[in-house]
Amino acid sequence: MQPNPVIQLVELTKTYHTGEVDVHAVRGVSLQVLPGEFVAVMGASGSGKSTLMNTIGCLDRPTGGSYRLDGIDVATLNRDALAEIRNEKIGFIFQGFNLLARTSALENVEMPMLYNHRRIPAQEQRERARQALELVGLGARTDHHPSQLSGGQQQRVAIARALVNRPALLLADEPTGNLDSQTSIEIMGVFQKLNAVGITIIMVTHELDVARFTKRRIVLRDGKILTDEAVEPRSIAETELQRLREEQQAVKLA
Amino acid sequence: MRILATLRLALRALRRNKMRSVLTMLGIIIGVGSVIAAVSITTGATKQVEDKVASLGQNVISVFSGSFTGGGMRGGWGSSPTLTVDDALAIALVPGVEAVSPEVRDRNQILANGLNWNTQVMGESPDYPQIRNWNMASGSMFAEADVRSVAKVAVIGRTVADQLFPDSDPVGQTLRIRDIPFKIVGVLEAKGFNLFGQDQDDTVVIPYTSHMKRVSRRTFVNSILVQASSPEAITKVQQAITDTLTPRHRSVEPDFTVRTQLELAQAMTATAKVMSILLGAIASVSLIVGGIGIMNIMLVSVTERTREIGIRMAVGARGGDILVQFLVEAVTLSLIGGLIGIGLGMGASRIVSALTDWPTLTPVWWIVVASLSSGLVGIFSGFYPAWKASQLDPIEALRYE
Ligand SMILES: Nc1ncnc2c1ncn2[C@@H]1O[C@H](COP(=O)(O)OP(=O)(O)OP(=O)(O)O)[C@@H](O)[C@H]1O
Ligand SMILES: [Mg+2]
Repeated sequence: MQPNPVIQLVELTKTYHTGEVDVHAVRGVSLQVLPGEFVAVMGASGSGKSTLMNTIGCLDRPTGGSYRLDGIDVATLNRDALAEIRNEKIGFIFQGFNLLARTSALENVEMPMLYNHRRIPAQEQRERARQALELVGLGARTDHHPSQLSGGQQQRVAIARALVNRPALLLADEPTGNLDSQTSIEIMGVFQKLNAVGITIIMVTHELDVARFTKRRIVLRDGKILTDEAVEPRSIAETELQRLREEQQAVKLA
Repeated sequence: MRILATLRLALRALRRNKMRSVLTMLGIIIGVGSVIAAVSITTGATKQVEDKVASLGQNVISVFSGSFTGGGMRGGWGSSPTLTVDDALAIALVPGVEAVSPEVRDRNQILANGLNWNTQVMGESPDYPQIRNWNMASGSMFAEADVRSVAKVAVIGRTVADQLFPDSDPVGQTLRIRDIPFKIVGVLEAKGFNLFGQDQDDTVVIPYTSHMKRVSRRTFVNSILVQASSPEAITKVQQAITDTLTPRHRSVEPDFTVRTQLELAQAMTATAKVMSILLGAIASVSLIVGGIGIMNIMLVSVTERTREIGIRMAVGARGGDILVQFLVEAVTLSLIGGLIGIGLGMGASRIVSALTDWPTLTPVWWIVVASLSSGLVGIFSGFYPAWKASQLDPIEALRYE
């Protein structure tokens, strides 16, 4: 027996009405994602990846078709219910980080807990934020503001923020877009670890190498699904990292 | 969202734009500050007047001859002599009247101990100290028998005692009014200045019969001092006195006036009341102006922080959370402004008080009112910007540049 899908899209469309021309960013996507999947969404720039992710992330409403999240038709939910889903069910990592400026890394990570319907004591908030930052490899420098952090460090803060409310579904829009290959692999290691404990992950990426760490690869073109196939063979972050280190060692020795 | 966390957020946002926050608060600071300063000064003055009125005595009703209106009280006294001792005796029979003293007064040069002094000589009944709530420092008040016998006895005030008997006990000694010797039987305690800045201790009190027959040779009294049995009885007694006197004074216009202590106090503090109303008007105008300033800045702030609002909404902030956040910010801004204003206003009034010797007093309830109204201004002026912020669409707010 198949488990119930986390995400079920049926003929989903999204059209932007800007001025005179309508932009059909997503034009009929049907998709099922089961719990525990790790999906890479690929496609050329402008193919509708971010639009699709925003819709799945309950940030934006579709123009047509239906979207069921955990069996619930999202179209029936009001603003507050959507906010609650964004807060508790979904962790979202934005293409451009979207961290609060002039706010420390730690406080950025604590922020989603502020809106949790369960009141989390300040002590516990701090503790959980620290743990999330450690998980993504940013134990130090947690009192720095985003402007004092490198792109990779900001990316880690954004990931920690997405994880802090322990979501069942992690949505990442180009999480490795600004990172060097080693950091990218490290982040993929974190994702694989999270996926191993049961978190469902959907991730947008441009890079085939990065997509190899996932279990399933979907390619979009002009707002439609072009291919949808299992990733074979799959890269394991730890072995890749090991190999990378050996290569670097060799370069230095030479 | 917890209120403490929200408050921290608000304080941080305000600190981030220190200069702007201070300038925004300035409207409220100046408004609240000037009102508190002015209120402190007028309240101090009013309190002083009220103390003076209280020093007139307890539950006192005064009957003046002639009619007076507002500040014309002094001109009315004795200008048309109509009140008589019989009037006073009739008033004494009114129920609820505790004590009565017909009053006759004029100024005289008095001699004693080889010194002389010009002072007010008053003819009163033995009830006078009781009505005025005025104790004897030494000796005793003359008695009813002295009134009946038109006795040559006197009780003197502190100032007269100091002037005429600088180094001896006046009780038992003699003073001369129009060359008539009066025996001093008592000295009154010091009472200080009255409402009109007159020294109340600069006086000699003799039986009214002695005054009318020996000193001033008058048949009419200037006024009649009445004491009601209790504060509650005052209004009823006042009416009863009017009812008693009216058939006795058959003139077209009433030729007497019955005034209670309370009315006197009200007349004296009427100006202060008008001032207070005026101040209240200025206060509300300046609070409205301050509120507009806050609303303006909050609108700017919401626009500037659209992205922040988008980020917060994206991670799960509800519209209500955003509304509360901006509302708390506006209220914090105006409340801090209000508190600074209260502090500055109180400081300013103390300085005025120190420089000019005017008494100042800041009533606690004005501090409460000032704090509450600055808080309310924050709510009213912050609500629209906060509501606008709460209605933003998360994805559009995130895209805002
Ligand atoms: N707010 C918007 N208003 C109008 N058109 C939009 C809006 N957002 C996206 N689009 C259009 O929708 C299409 C899909 O955009 P989308 O951002 O989803 O692409 P993408 O696949 O994420 O691209 P990239 O890889 O560059 O991030 C593009 O043609 C874009 O111009
Ligand atoms: Mg994109």
